[in-house]
Amino acid sequence: MNLDSIIFIVSAAVTLFGAVMMIMQRNPVASVLYFILSLVAQAVLYVQLGALFVGAVLIIVYSGAILVLFLFVIMLLNLRGDEDLGAPSAPVSQLTKYVVSIGIVAEFAFVIWSTVFSSSISTGIIAGASENFGSTEQVARLLFGRYLYPFELTSILLLAAIVGAVVIARKENKDEIEAEAAAKATADEVTG
Amino acid sequence: MSLEFFIVTFVKIALLLFVLLTACAYSTYMERKILAYLQNRVGPSYAGPFGLLQPLADGLKLIFKEDIVPDRVERITFALAPVVSFIPAMLVFAVIPFSSEFDLFGLLPSATEGVISDLSIGVLFIFAVTSLGVYGLVLAGWSSGSKYSLLGGIRSSAQMISYEVGYGLSIVGVVLVANTLSLTEIVSLQSGSLFNWYIFKQPLGFMIYIVCGIAETNRAPFDLAEAESELVAGYHTEYSSMRFSMFFISEYANMLAVSAVAVTLFFGGWAGPFLPPIFWFLIKILAFMFVYIWLRATFPRFRYDQLMNFGWKVLFPLALFNIMLTAAWELYKNS
Repeated sequence: MNLDSIIFIVSAAVTLFGAVMMIMQRNPVASVLYFILSLVAQAVLYVQLGALFVGAVLIIVYSGAILVLFLFVIMLLNLRGDEDLGAPSAPVSQLTKYVVSIGIVAEFAFVIWSTVFSSSISTGIIAGASENFGSTEQVARLLFGRYLYPFELTSILLLAAIVGAVVIARKENKDEIEAEAAAKATADEVTG
Repeated sequence: MSLEFFIVTFVKIALLLFVLLTACAYSTYMERKILAYLQNRVGPSYAGPFGLLQPLADGLKLIFKEDIVPDRVERITFALAPVVSFIPAMLVFAVIPFSSEFDLFGLLPSATEGVISDLSIGVLFIFAVTSLGVYGLVLAGWSSGSKYSLLGGIRSSAQMISYEVGYGLSIVGVVLVANTLSLTEIVSLQSGSLFNWYIFKQPLGFMIYIVCGIAETNRAPFDLAEAESELVAGYHTEYSSMRFSMFFISEYANMLAVSAVAVTLFFGGWAGPFLPPIFWFLIKILAFMFVYIWLRATFPRFRYDQLMNFGWKVLFPLALFNIMLTAAWELYKNS
């Protein structure tokens, strides 16, 4: 049992613990915090593979930006996990819940089964990693060379999503805004 | 990884933590004293000669104060928040080269690098760690169960998210010029002559960096998170005793971190003539801390919409422009 194995086992366990706790929480803030814990442990796994760049980007993009925005929205809505969730859903959708989750478990079991018992990877934890796997240069070469078009298309997709969100969030037209303002003014008058 | 490696690294970490925490304490003294002179007052002068023991007295007082936890807080998150804001502030210094090779006056068995860990992605590590610092404020604001804290937390997180973009992009110029992400290499590329400093090659990048750095640390004139007249004390309104002082220390540690990164990336790091490298490093950081305090004494606070407009509509395009300019120049030079 060398240091590498100990670090791997600990961070893998923390990753799983964080992921499981994330979906078991009622309180959305606690969910986000467990998600961050899981991501940090995942970054450790990447670093152990020698993929320093990927590990750093995982922290910068997910923990540093996306999840902060999650927390931000939760704070703005002031969700504390004791909200009323409404009536339980119809029996049919209760059934889909079980069917889908059994399907996913079966899929994971198959993937794990076929990986563990295939001869190529069973030699060690980091045996598959090449010399500069996940290095800044290698990622850049793939991203700006071979995968340039998919990369650019992804950013257009994200841009479209942002524009869509703005369109949905903003008020439909001037009339609506004015009507709302007028309603507010009368309400103010009534309450004095 | 030998035993020697562990011992040497441990010694370096212990030394750095000691210096850092002392520096945080004395930054408060420096701030009060300089602010006082800038405002034609004397400042702290009773505790010890020139009031030099004031930080010690403040620290003792904070330790002995009652730790008040209001009824409506979310207890676990409330306790976690000061720690979460404290740790990233300290972690930045793990990759900052503070000296050339040294052996601590012969105390260490062999000469060792003047940095705790010379990461090949040092610059990215700094981004990653500083981007985690915002959680302390968000969690503190949310868990306090007070509207002032919540509003302060929302304000400062929005501010930090916005300025993090400019902060990150302003450094990309330096990375393009240096062609490396390792901070040790960036420092050695700047050694030799004063004109090798990247401030001369990236003046626009530096200006964006320092503005964003000040906004990132929630300092005047961007200290909207704790605008007293509107928000009491912002996200740490409900905190007292040692929990409060952890926020306080991490604010100063963050200022030191922003200064240290600026010194490393733009002002040649520990490089300098005659004096030992560590002294040059400290002198340059002190100069930055002075600028921080000077700005606080000079400028009034921004309005919130001005702050947001400035970040997104001025600094962000400027930073992108700087990157394109630098990249075009590097391409031209290499072709």
